[in-house]
Amino acid sequence: MNIRNVSLILNRELKSYFSSLTVYIVIIMFLLMTGYFFYNLVATFSIVSFQAQSDPMLAKQYQLLNINETVIRPLFGTIGIILLLMTPLLTMRLLAEEKKTGTIELLLTFPVDDVDVVLGKYLACLAVVLTMILLTVTYPVLLVAFGEPEVVPIVTGYLGLVLLGAAAISLGIFTSSLTENQIVSASLSFAMLFFFWFLGYSVQLVSAGLGQFLGYLSINEHIESMSKGVVDSTDIIYYLCFIALFLFLTLRSLEAKRWR
Amino acid sequence: MIEVENLTKEYGEFRAVDNISFTVEKGEILGFLGPNGAGKTTVMRILTCFFPPTKGKVMVAGYNCFEDSLNVRKRIGYLPQRVPLYEDMKVDDYLRFVAAIKGTPAKEVKRKAAKVMDDCGLSDVSHKLISTISGGYRQRVGIAQALVNDPEVLILDEPTVGLDPKQIKEIRTLIKELAGRHTVILSTHILPEVSILCGRVIIINQGKVVAEDRPENLRSESAQRMLLRINGNAPLIEQELSRVGGIKGVEREPASGDTHGFVVVFDDEKRGRQGIQAMIEKNKFELVEMRLLEVSLEDIFIKLVTKEEA
Repeated sequence: MNIRNVSLILNRELKSYFSSLTVYIVIIMFLLMTGYFFYNLVATFSIVSFQAQSDPMLAKQYQLLNINETVIRPLFGTIGIILLLMTPLLTMRLLAEEKKTGTIELLLTFPVDDVDVVLGKYLACLAVVLTMILLTVTYPVLLVAFGEPEVVPIVTGYLGLVLLGAAAISLGIFTSSLTENQIVSASLSFAMLFFFWFLGYSVQLVSAGLGQFLGYLSINEHIESMSKGVVDSTDIIYYLCFIALFLFLTLRSLEAKRWR
Repeated sequence: MIEVENLTKEYGEFRAVDNISFTVEKGEILGFLGPNGAGKTTVMRILTCFFPPTKGKVMVAGYNCFEDSLNVRKRIGYLPQRVPLYEDMKVDDYLRFVAAIKGTPAKEVKRKAAKVMDDCGLSDVSHKLISTISGGYRQRVGIAQALVNDPEVLILDEPTVGLDPKQIKEIRTLIKELAGRHTVILSTHILPEVSILCGRVIIINQGKVVAEDRPENLRSESAQRMLLRINGNAPLIEQELSRVGGIKGVEREPASGDTHGFVVVFDDEKRGRQGIQAMIEKNKFELVEMRLLEVSLEDIFIKLVTKEEA
């Protein structure tokens, strides 16, 4: 690995991201969708709070009146899912476009390791996703300004989102390495990300042991506890392994292309 | 500088390159000639370490392409056939990126990119997006990126395809200037290009080398032909011509008015020429034109390629 090469590729990739419309559209759609959910959650919360003032039965349901439980936790869950919807649109071009236009032929005959190429592209996309996540910080900042939420779950929740985004990108760059068609790459990413998401739903359908295992494999089960303020090392290890696995597969896939 | 030994490349069942061997000396310009699909691009992609050979050994600048690919890649400049460039970059940004990624020290990146833009006549378009410049400029950007780190070996896959005659001439001049300092391999299916540019030619067809020589030697091996245009009675002239010694055959060319054209293929050029002269004087024919036909590489090429198929 050569840091200079990684940063050269990262820079080029970032410039190319921000010189196309796609990134701006993805960011705008992401903010519109997450903002809409945030508005709904806050609106519901304030209606319930008002009603609780006059309804003693409702006032006893502390769960409903806890801003962390009713706004922040669902907000992180929703941002996570919207993130899974958006990343394939960012990752689809990473390698597929270079294959389609043939620029990969020059890139792979430059004196750079495949690792540098994959890492540079991965980090560039990660930078875009971090920007998107960072822009949503306005929501909790508003909550902190006008309410009294616990701050720790917000911080750990963001850690979870970053890890989730980083994992989704690694899967996306892998599907981008499989094809020269960006649509195929994005479709594959969607299918695989949703598979990893829906794994969490089958937990109740199977035996306890298998259910726990499937739950552990599910990609967004792991941000659940983080948005409650609990950072479990198994969750972090899950995401790191997920990222390492798909970056490794991407490298293998690039190498396999050379042998064919 | 380049050694290729028993190179074979198979794509599944299909054998694209079949047991090719050749060497290229330092400073030489080698032409790689063959019809489309002959295996030229495959050989170049192996030389540039884009993919490994199925069998055989390839050494470039003293390093093995397969085992020491990074060291080879540091020493080559490559222009792929379709000139794939990052369309969303400006010409100068792109060349700076390539210079840097090829290992130019950060301080020199700007200077090297500026120099190569100057050499390739790109200064006018340096701030334009690559997607907006014309085909000729694109091709030059392609050559510029190959040249930017001053590589020992240049590999150019059909460098003049799709250019207009003026641009072709400019690119050829540029390539010619590179000889001596750089070792160049270029592929083409345009024959005059080879005789203008290359010191040596390798003709390949269906993955095999069918000929390897200097362009002028390839030419001299072929039979000499002469065009004659004579006024008079055509059948009589043809009859008289076929009696002359040292001639293999006579073909009729289209006539214009009384002037009849013949192409004579020599067996023995000197004897044939003298015989024709004597024959014309004897019959008092009126000679309009008499000129040796230059054998074109096309003829040699087609002969070699069709011989192979027969």
